[in-house]
Amino acid sequence: MAKKIIQKTKNPMPLQDPHERAHNFEEVSLGYPVDLAVLEAQRCIQCKNEPCIAGCPVEIDIPHFIKQVAERDFEGAYRTLMDRNVLPAVCGRVCPQEEQCEVKCTLGVKNEPVAIGRLERFVADYAALVKFTDDTPPAPPTGHKVAVVGSGPAGLTVAADLAKMGHGVTIFEALHKAGGVLVYGIPEFRLPKAIVEREIDGLRRIGVEIKTNHVIGQTFTVDELFTELGFEAVFIGTGAGLPTFPKIPGINLIGVYSANEYLTRSNLMKAYLFPATDTPTIRGRNVAVIGGGNTAMDAVRTSLRLGAEHAYLIYRRTRQEMPARAEEIDHAEEEGVQIMMLAAPTAILADERSRVRAIRCIRMELGEPDSSGRRSPVPVKGSEFDVEVDTVVFAIGQGANPLIRNTTPDLPVNKWGNILADDGTGATQKAGVFAGGDIVTGGATVISAMGAGRKAAGAIDTYLRNPSSDGFSPTDV
Amino acid sequence: MHRILSKEILAPDVVRFWIEGPHIARKRKPGQFVIVRTGEDGERIPLTIADVDKIRGAISIIVQGVGKSTRQLNALNEGDAILDLAGPLGRATEIHPGRKVCCIGGGIGTAVVYPIACGVKALHGEVVAIIGGRTRDLVILEKELRAAVDQVIVTTDDGSYGDKGLVTDALKALLAEGRHFDEVVAVGPLPMMRAVVEVTRPLGIPTTVSLNPVMVDGTGMCGGCRVSVGGEQKFVCVDGPEFDGHQVDFEELNARLRAYREQEAESLRLFDQATLCRSSQAR
Repeated sequence: MAKKIIQKTKNPMPLQDPHERAHNFEEVSLGYPVDLAVLEAQRCIQCKNEPCIAGCPVEIDIPHFIKQVAERDFEGAYRTLMDRNVLPAVCGRVCPQEEQCEVKCTLGVKNEPVAIGRLERFVADYAALVKFTDDTPPAPPTGHKVAVVGSGPAGLTVAADLAKMGHGVTIFEALHKAGGVLVYGIPEFRLPKAIVEREIDGLRRIGVEIKTNHVIGQTFTVDELFTELGFEAVFIGTGAGLPTFPKIPGINLIGVYSANEYLTRSNLMKAYLFPATDTPTIRGRNVAVIGGGNTAMDAVRTSLRLGAEHAYLIYRRTRQEMPARAEEIDHAEEEGVQIMMLAAPTAILADERSRVRAIRCIRMELGEPDSSGRRSPVPVKGSEFDVEVDTVVFAIGQGANPLIRNTTPDLPVNKWGNILADDGTGATQKAGVFAGGDIVTGGATVISAMGAGRKAAGAIDTYLRNPSSDGFSPTDV
Repeated sequence: MHRILSKEILAPDVVRFWIEGPHIARKRKPGQFVIVRTGEDGERIPLTIADVDKIRGAISIIVQGVGKSTRQLNALNEGDAILDLAGPLGRATEIHPGRKVCCIGGGIGTAVVYPIACGVKALHGEVVAIIGGRTRDLVILEKELRAAVDQVIVTTDDGSYGDKGLVTDALKALLAEGRHFDEVVAVGPLPMMRAVVEVTRPLGIPTTVSLNPVMVDGTGMCGGCRVSVGGEQKFVCVDGPEFDGHQVDFEELNARLRAYREQEAESLRLFDQATLCRSSQAR
């Protein structure tokens, strides 16, 4: 029998031309057409040990959905995805598959792994195009009521899972639009907002109620969700939500932003369409973004689309240590972002109108590995240099938002203000309160927040059926 | 959607709305604010809650039409709906029972001072209110304050009503008479608040100011409203909006308030143009 010849590399993702896309907010990656998706799916060897599933935080039956794509059963593939993941169109776009499912792929030992993320996205987009609906009948109503605080990836996953189990779910969102970081943080060119809306509409269809403009901690406290509104359990998935700035001179000058503000203005408030929309933003000519994560990439690529002539990414380590996905770094460079490695800001300089004129940086070199295993950057004495910029964006991580902990004194937090929650169940030390996502872990990824949401949903279901078992085991924290 | 229950013009371009919002009315304390948005493409506008009516489940806001968003809001009428209303946001005013407080409001700032003055009275304090405006038309809430506090002094820059002069002149006069205040609360344009804190600083009178910087989300998420207070970074939306006036870096705040001046002017110009077109078409 002739051995099947396997294509060694992934079928490339069709992309918008870098020179064009650097000036528009349309999606960068165009998605696989049908035949290319089928061809890519046929690369999967359907190995027996299925290592990819273990790499997925929500344990999608990856080989099965890929087999269905290979056999052109797209509706079946969609159901396989939806069985484990309520946001496949989102995850297919923003998950770091290269360090989760794809890194485990058997094919990847000698060749490139199967493009699992691209296939996931294909199936979700195809399903939306031909309007497949998930007609799995929901479980009969249990009569239990759960409040979910925050409508980001963690909250949406918890809500969907609990609603499918027949529980009544209400999501409270502080902003005017649901989606959390998927809406205010990740830009249109990487995750079109219509796709997020589509997935959230799916949640509404299975009975999830979403209340926007409700700031928990202010409009209602966590305790009031129980006592006044009659919820039996509360899941807190509010995200990190408090930007940090370095302690250097000039951070309050005009033209200095947190990545959160810069991205929120552009994504949630659509400032890139100003003055057709009402929220302005500074369209910098020379923009410096500080940081090396995905948020930094989103910010620096946004600055190009807002018209920057020079967009610098300043990072204190080297490209190898950047936490951003390699694909995002590549896309940024293709679009013209100039990466300045081994440099860190020491001051921001002002013009006579208190606007940013330049950023002063110091060269760094890599020293010994720190506790995270990354080599820590050390400043090189006397190596300061100035870069002329008019806008500076800090994407250097986030603290924990204080609104819930200030009004819920019996909810234990760690020294950074992150909520203490059991790793396996999301249970906190306060009865009936569960938490997951960035408010527990600090800044992480969409899919890890969804994984935490998935675990919490199971634990909440158990708790609702038997409130004396709250699933919190103190040894886990 | 939140229905507008009533609309009342208090002064040229200054409107008081009562808006349905039972969940906000039941929770709000003096000093807190809401974020308002009037349309799909609209800005998030932070506005102090001037008053609440818990029985009707309503809040009142007082809006000065200075830019496109506030003018658009002020063009709404009774029966119209406000698309988004979130709150109450910010910390409540710290009110100590039985204190003697001088509450100073400049222009639209009186709308912020009024609920604080009522809060002090509710805790058995004594309140002297000094309210001022450039001219008679711009003095607001005099009647309401007279009904609520112990003494009201009105000043106008041009002398068209009350005492001719600035609110700080009235404050200095009171202090010269030997009047004692445990605390001063001052809300109004930045130059006014700055002037008040310079009057009270040498006398060591604790002075609270309420700040209204550029804000986006109002929940601590973006950091756009950051101010320096006593050399420390504070977010007005979650740490404020009230701060020790003697510690606020007004110079920096003043600069930051000008960040979008050109865009704001452009937005308003286009809005006025469109409004003009519509009204000439209607004719």
